[in-house]
Amino acid sequence: MGERQNAVEMRNVVKRYGDFTAVKRMDLTVPDNSFVTFLGPSGCGKTTTLRMIAGLTDITEGDLVIRDKRVNELPIHKRNLGLVFQNYALFPHKTIFDNIAFGLKYRKVSKADIAQKVKNALDLVQLPNVGDRYPNQLSGGQQQRIALARAIVIQPDVLLLDEPLSALDANLREEMRVELKRIQRELGVATVFVTHDQSEALAMSDKLVVMNNGVVEQEGAPEEVYNNPVSAFVADFLGHSNIIAGALAGDGGEVTPVELHGGQTLLTTAHQVSRVNNQQQVRAVIRAEKIALSDQDNSSADTVAIPGKVKTVDYLGQMARYFVTAAGRDWQVINPIDYRPFGEGADIFMHIAARNCVLLPGHAD
Amino acid sequence: MTNGWSWIRIATILVYLFLFAPVAVVILLAFNANQFGSFPIEGFSLRWFNSLLHNDAIVRAFKTSLLLGALTSAISTTIGTMAAVAMVRYDFPGKKAISSLLIAPILIPEVVLAVALLLFLQFLELPKSFGLLLMGHVVFTLPFVLLVVQARLVSIRRDVEEAAMSLGATPIQTFFEITLPLMLPAVMAGMLFSFTISFDDITGTLFWKPGGVETVPTQIFAMLRNSISPEINALGAVMVIFTVALPLIATAIARHMSAQRMKAKTQN
Repeated sequence: MGERQNAVEMRNVVKRYGDFTAVKRMDLTVPDNSFVTFLGPSGCGKTTTLRMIAGLTDITEGDLVIRDKRVNELPIHKRNLGLVFQNYALFPHKTIFDNIAFGLKYRKVSKADIAQKVKNALDLVQLPNVGDRYPNQLSGGQQQRIALARAIVIQPDVLLLDEPLSALDANLREEMRVELKRIQRELGVATVFVTHDQSEALAMSDKLVVMNNGVVEQEGAPEEVYNNPVSAFVADFLGHSNIIAGALAGDGGEVTPVELHGGQTLLTTAHQVSRVNNQQQVRAVIRAEKIALSDQDNSSADTVAIPGKVKTVDYLGQMARYFVTAAGRDWQVINPIDYRPFGEGADIFMHIAARNCVLLPGHAD
Repeated sequence: MTNGWSWIRIATILVYLFLFAPVAVVILLAFNANQFGSFPIEGFSLRWFNSLLHNDAIVRAFKTSLLLGALTSAISTTIGTMAAVAMVRYDFPGKKAISSLLIAPILIPEVVLAVALLLFLQFLELPKSFGLLLMGHVVFTLPFVLLVVQARLVSIRRDVEEAAMSLGATPIQTFFEITLPLMLPAVMAGMLFSFTISFDDITGTLFWKPGGVETVPTQIFAMLRNSISPEINALGAVMVIFTVALPLIATAIARHMSAQRMKAKTQN
């Protein structure tokens, strides 16, 4: 024990379907006990990657290693994985007890032990009294808990979750999200979670892997990926960003000006300048919620204020989304509502702090 | 509009009368005491049923038909189910061609199929046999099993099987534990179809049966050539009851089983 292992390692894994490459050269590790999320739009290769780990899809090139064993050719039923699907995939003709006991039957567990383990699993998912029922007698959320119980009762090496919350309605989804995370922590099982929902991904993951077009765009802790996107795709996929081309107009001091094409100047930090290796041509990424609107000019040494006019307002309850015309372009701004939102046509100032101006290299990617 | 509907209703009733009246006549005449089948019926009697039981040729034909039907449905259902699994769950070269080939016997007139199989046998210089007859029946009952099971299998989600395999079941174990139980109603229906189709068949059977072997339909056909004996009415009645009762009993059993399961469910 002691040393922290990797539950899953993918080395140069490629998946091709004829001429189409679904996953291009993937290098990835899933550390022990950790919760890793594949996030991306549909068709980005995240589900294909999960299915390769599960053994449901062949690997075209590269090595897949689970618990220090290369498993490329190992069939799914010998991999000892827990798999949870979007549509639960419970066995409709078996009772809940038999559903959960299914995997134990193939593991030479005695009858008494099976009963005990199933009971523990049902307790863990907080549905202790449903053993005699059939899947169609349970609600969607309950069925997904049973599917989870069935997957973890076999003590899998890796737990694979394929959009397990997508079929649930919004309130239940949040409840299950908390529940899922609690169970994962309690068991300490390495988990791979596939989703297209960024709030799920940000809330649950130890490590976030953002994918697009079969390529890993960025991986890291959710905060790191959110605050320091390495590409325009990541910046735009996680939340809403204003991405504007410009040029550095300083030497990389504590606060460095960036001149946007079109004339306006923003401020950024030395850390951001070092991220683009002092390249002159850059793109400034400003998240919609990091722009503070005000009816007065509150600019300071590290914050610029840009005068503008509110074009449209979307009322979102606690928040409002504004489209603001300023410095010759449209900006997207999301701000909490203080008493009442700014109205359409209001003259306002947009405040952008240097630490909220993230830089990307200038070439298009 | 109501007028239009009542016309449709009358037309429907007439069509059904036209279809079922002859069957009813045969069954009624089977209980006629008189030697000559004519209305009104003169007295109720079971004598024709009794004489059926003592007619060796008919009893032999009945046994042949039962055996042939049972073997046909067993073989057809096994092959058809396996073919359906292959068609729905796997990809292989020539899949479309094989699929249309398996369905073809439904589309080709039975006479053509019968002659073709016979010519093929002559080409191989094999004599007619019970085995050939069985083979013929399997060929043209197979599409029914295939279509019914295929339709069911399409509706069984693949991820249920994938879940079973992820839990440690081999593909074979997954088939018997998950897939087969889920498609069992369709397999049963296919079995029933192939049995009744085989039991009823006359065209193909006339071509393929070896000398001296008679099934119930060919036996009736042979007897009709001499005279219309009231025994035939009785035999017809037995056939009708048999082919109608079998599916009904099967449905009743299926209903009973699912009702039991529902009962087990609601107890909790």
